[in-house]
Amino acid sequence: MTKMHEESRGFVETMRQLDQAWPDQVHRVLAQAAVRQIAYVPDAGLTGVIDACQADDAMTAVSLTTEEEGVAMLAGAWLGGARGVLLMQSSGVGNCINMLSLIRVCRFPLVAIVTMRGEEGETNPWQMPMGRNTRAAFEMAGVDVHRADAPGDVARLVAEAAHAAFSDCEARAVLIGQGVVGVKQFED
Amino acid sequence: MASEDFRLGRRDVVDLLLADRGDMLVVAGLGAAAWDVAAAGDCDLDFPLWGAMGGAAMIGLGLALAQPERQVLVITGDGEMLMGLGALATIAVQSPGNLAIAVLDNERYGETGMQATHTAHGADLAAVARAAGFPVTALARDADTLDSAVGLLRDAPGPVFATIKIRAETLPLVLPPRDGVQLKDRFRTALEQRTTP
Repeated sequence: MTKMHEESRGFVETMRQLDQAWPDQVHRVLAQAAVRQIAYVPDAGLTGVIDACQADDAMTAVSLTTEEEGVAMLAGAWLGGARGVLLMQSSGVGNCINMLSLIRVCRFPLVAIVTMRGEEGETNPWQMPMGRNTRAAFEMAGVDVHRADAPGDVARLVAEAAHAAFSDCEARAVLIGQGVVGVKQFED
Repeated sequence: MASEDFRLGRRDVVDLLLADRGDMLVVAGLGAAAWDVAAAGDCDLDFPLWGAMGGAAMIGLGLALAQPERQVLVITGDGEMLMGLGALATIAVQSPGNLAIAVLDNERYGETGMQATHTAHGADLAAVARAAGFPVTALARDADTLDSAVGLLRDAPGPVFATIKIRAETLPLVLPPRDGVQLKDRFRTALEQRTTP
């Protein structure tokens, strides 16, 4: 193998590692923001974040049966002086709509981290309706939406959302594009 | 119909649940449960809901996890609890010892015209809680079983779930503050003051 080839391989490996670093970076941001409660409905794209939070003794990771449970739980956390975040896939955003009135009316902080389905490359048409309307649904419910389309953007946007939420009681969602998390394949 | 008789009055029940409450933290589900808690005496450590139906138990969970040294009591109605049954499984998995849920079960949607809920047709919420994994559950429908249920709700290591069958009656409205920001801020302020003397 030529030196040039070796360098190219090293470069590709470096880029791959950088692209896969965001889940640990998000966990680090949450830890630094003193987040204690992680409410989640799993998504394949969130596995790394969920695993890192579960392994963190300072955090309690709570698996939900439906996403709106997490909205209510985080309101309770804030009442009790604790900070939390909600992790979910875009299809779960619709489940939250009425419960988000709690966030808006009481001005509770909200940090929602949402992996997108139903975007370019999606192979399951049932993911499309919520995927197309995730931003609109959040905005309708009074949640500001920010979007990460590159792996390097995710942790920074989460840090900004956490700061806005916990310092100023803002409601923020960070959407993580399907280009970052990858497309689910149904074929072997 | 599952209902035989309904001897207990809801406000007597809530007065008993909140007697000598000390620093207990209380979440009240929307509708009559919130009016009952207000009727027992407005308190900074109450969080009464005017909406967010189905969310009372989960607000209780977030609060209980955030304040593990304090007792958290959720008081809500059967209709409100039925809207968020999944929360019972979620709470049982976390199993916070300081969380108790009391459902005032009149088998009716009291705020919308007394239509029957599923509990009027046999749905047993305490049995659902037990099946979901709650270690302590109770059903009360008279003075004796109420005493026992209140003892569990107030003192037993939880999570505790109790169904308390009450009369379907419309009582004079006693309304808690309606401003959500005020309710939230005064709760947090009261909690901070009690935490840092």
